[in-house]
Amino acid sequence: MEKIFQKLALSSASLVFILLVGIFITLYITAKPAIDEFGFNFITNSDWNKDVALESAPTTELTDSDDAMILDEDDIMLEDEDDMMLDDEDDISTKTIYGGLVPIVGTLLTTLIALAFSLPIAMGIAVFLAEIAPKNISNVVGVAIELLAAIPSIIFGMWGLYYFAPIIADLFGGYQVSLLTAGLVLGVMILPFMAAITRDSMNTTPAVLKESAYALGATKFEVIKDIIFPYSKVGIIGSIILALGRALGETMAVAFLIGSIFVLPSKITDPTISIPVAMANNFGEASGLGESALFYLALILFIISFAIISIAKFYFLKRAN
Amino acid sequence: MPVLNIKKFSFTYPGVDHPSLKDINLPIKRHKITALIGPSGCGKSTLLRSMNRIHDLYPGNKYEGKIEFTDTDKNISDILDIKKENEFIELRQKIGMIFQKPTPFPMSIFDNVAYGLKISGVKNKTELADRVEIALKGSALWREVHDRLDKSAMGLSGGQQQRLCIARAVAVKPEVLLFDEPTSALDPISTGAIEELIVELKKDVSIAIVTHNMQQASRISDYTAFMYLGDLVEYNKTENIFLNPQEKKTEDYITGRFG
Amino acid sequence: MRLLINKIFLGLSIFSALIGLAFLAWILTTLFIKGLGSFHFGLFLNDLIDGGLRNLIVGQFILAGIASLIGIPLGMAAGIYIQEYGRGRYADIIRDLSDIMMSAPSIVIGAFVYAVIVVPTGGTSGFAGAIALSIMMIPVVINTTDNMLSLVPRELREAGIALGASKYKVIIDIVIKAAKVGIMTGILLAFARIIGETAPLLFTSETSNYFSLDLTESFPSLTVSIYDLANEPEEASRDLAWAASFILTVLVLIINLSGRFITRNKK
Repeated sequence: MEKIFQKLALSSASLVFILLVGIFITLYITAKPAIDEFGFNFITNSDWNKDVALESAPTTELTDSDDAMILDEDDIMLEDEDDMMLDDEDDISTKTIYGGLVPIVGTLLTTLIALAFSLPIAMGIAVFLAEIAPKNISNVVGVAIELLAAIPSIIFGMWGLYYFAPIIADLFGGYQVSLLTAGLVLGVMILPFMAAITRDSMNTTPAVLKESAYALGATKFEVIKDIIFPYSKVGIIGSIILALGRALGETMAVAFLIGSIFVLPSKITDPTISIPVAMANNFGEASGLGESALFYLALILFIISFAIISIAKFYFLKRAN
Repeated sequence: MPVLNIKKFSFTYPGVDHPSLKDINLPIKRHKITALIGPSGCGKSTLLRSMNRIHDLYPGNKYEGKIEFTDTDKNISDILDIKKENEFIELRQKIGMIFQKPTPFPMSIFDNVAYGLKISGVKNKTELADRVEIALKGSALWREVHDRLDKSAMGLSGGQQQRLCIARAVAVKPEVLLFDEPTSALDPISTGAIEELIVELKKDVSIAIVTHNMQQASRISDYTAFMYLGDLVEYNKTENIFLNPQEKKTEDYITGRFG
Repeated sequence: MRLLINKIFLGLSIFSALIGLAFLAWILTTLFIKGLGSFHFGLFLNDLIDGGLRNLIVGQFILAGIASLIGIPLGMAAGIYIQEYGRGRYADIIRDLSDIMMSAPSIVIGAFVYAVIVVPTGGTSGFAGAIALSIMMIPVVINTTDNMLSLVPRELREAGIALGASKYKVIIDIVIKAAKVGIMTGILLAFARIIGETAPLLFTSETSNYFSLDLTESFPSLTVSIYDLANEPEEASRDLAWAASFILTVLVLIINLSGRFITRNKK
């Protein structure tokens, strides 16, 4: 019985390992056709689902033989079928290419905007909760913030599209769906999460350390700046990176607002697309190389967020403990 | 004229009906060491923490009575009257505090000692360096750390950290230093070094020290106050308290019958 | 000067806290006004095809419920392994990987399940959606179990072993019992999290306009339907989306609060 129980526990734990490796391998295999086709140029190419003419030089034998076949047929074909022939030739001499630059840029920029917007406010909230507010207010506001962090992200998206974006578009011009509005709504969404975990980090500062700074005649600002921030620095940075990871992979809050078009934005108020949104909105229709390209994007997103979370966990948060 | 004169002082924590300190009358004499002893929960730390109003970091405390502070220019003020932030800052620069556990700030050794000076507006680099050196020499730490002043203070041993905290408090030239069981987290050798240092310091400052350790009180203090359940039971010259206590409770405590 | 800087800084901090709270209040009031405005009890009686939400709410609960049936035992068993049996590096690695998985983008998990279940089985299904949600849930349950078990004093385990109980008996009868409240809270929070998820369901369960208990077909999902409805041009669809969002948020908050309530009562 003891043995069985232990085996069960061990297999469940190993499942985590298997799942994570499984996700990675599955994404790689499904992305393989796109990886083979586009290689690393995928990352720098901004065209998505675009038909381009095949260049003669690198074309494969298949195309050559096709051409040869057409020529063969040409000999026996009647003149009035020439038109159809041209169409055929058109199809054969183009291919569809997929590049991931637009969603990659869109993901990074929305995350950047979200962070720029939410970071100062989240720090302010964390300082307020940890150091300024009286205990009872801090508790109530703290729970409110944590509850807001639990609200499903799709709600943020809907609110953003119908209530927030029109105001931003009025203020800054441009489209209601844009990098800017998507980034800001994403920022509002990660705000409670970031504030809550930053507060937790700040609360690890021992009271006696703060007291001894006050005992030297330091002001509250000086205690926060010279004692609390340096003391909880690694934890705070870790928290910010975790929030960043969350913003990178967020789908629904962004999906409503980014516009979902594969065009590089020239201004911050232009619509574009991010990796999760590209997946959410195109997976249904995609097949073949297009679907594989989406998996390629998923793989890129997975690797980026894996790397970022690993840095946060192993470097910053471990050191904080 | 004592530097601090505590008169009819009562203190109540927030949300508690009964005062934790009742009607305390106690002088802290100039350039002397006054030890506060008594069993856990007797209120000795609470009293010490009233003298620099560090209690006020947490709202809702109730003070009654007076704590008169006479500075070197013979100006008398009541510490309990303080309300404004700048007065608190001034008070805490004049009355420093050393805590139970060493509290090195997350910065270099030099910056730790210079911290109080910097926030009080000393900007001149050479003056800072001089005063840091004096403070570190004064706390018998200079020889050990002079070649690694820019290293993190976290790397020092517990005893060194505590001497660093003393140097940090001394650097701003306070008139009073409050020690809250400064050696309870240290080994005997570090404790000896700190005790020596405290005795050395009374040339320049007046000292109040809370201690659990009766031998420590008898070794270093000039006056001793014995407290019990929020009352000041007995205050006298240290040798009188230990050799000829007037109160039964004091005798029981110092002979180890309770506590 | 110092005092002025202090005042300005504290003022800014309070101000930013107010901005943050104002945003959050804005979202909530919008949700309540729009949601309550379109809310009526008929929503619970009709399915989406008849303009109601019944099938979606039931469907979302079934998806999250099945995900819990899979995720809770696996997550707890893995958490028990890490805390009670794991020695050295392997347990640490699993703990770290689980932490990473907890923050993995949910849409990627959806894509993974799409590739390994939806494609081989020939189409979207409730089963695939539940699996996707359970993958989201497992690391959260592991984390909770691990943390809560670590709070149980070692003496308690030793006392059990000293009485002659076998290790698994001690774990089940003593350690888990001692950590019960914390683990339950964590599980409720995890459930609140997955029931509000949209992205992992988009191409695994999809959604359906009809009432369904058949897990092998596309399965009604409240969140996925909110996304579809909110993007429709008709005002009526959007109103329905708001009502659905309102119900979803109230559900999530109730589950979340009851989790906190358990812990508080225990304390």
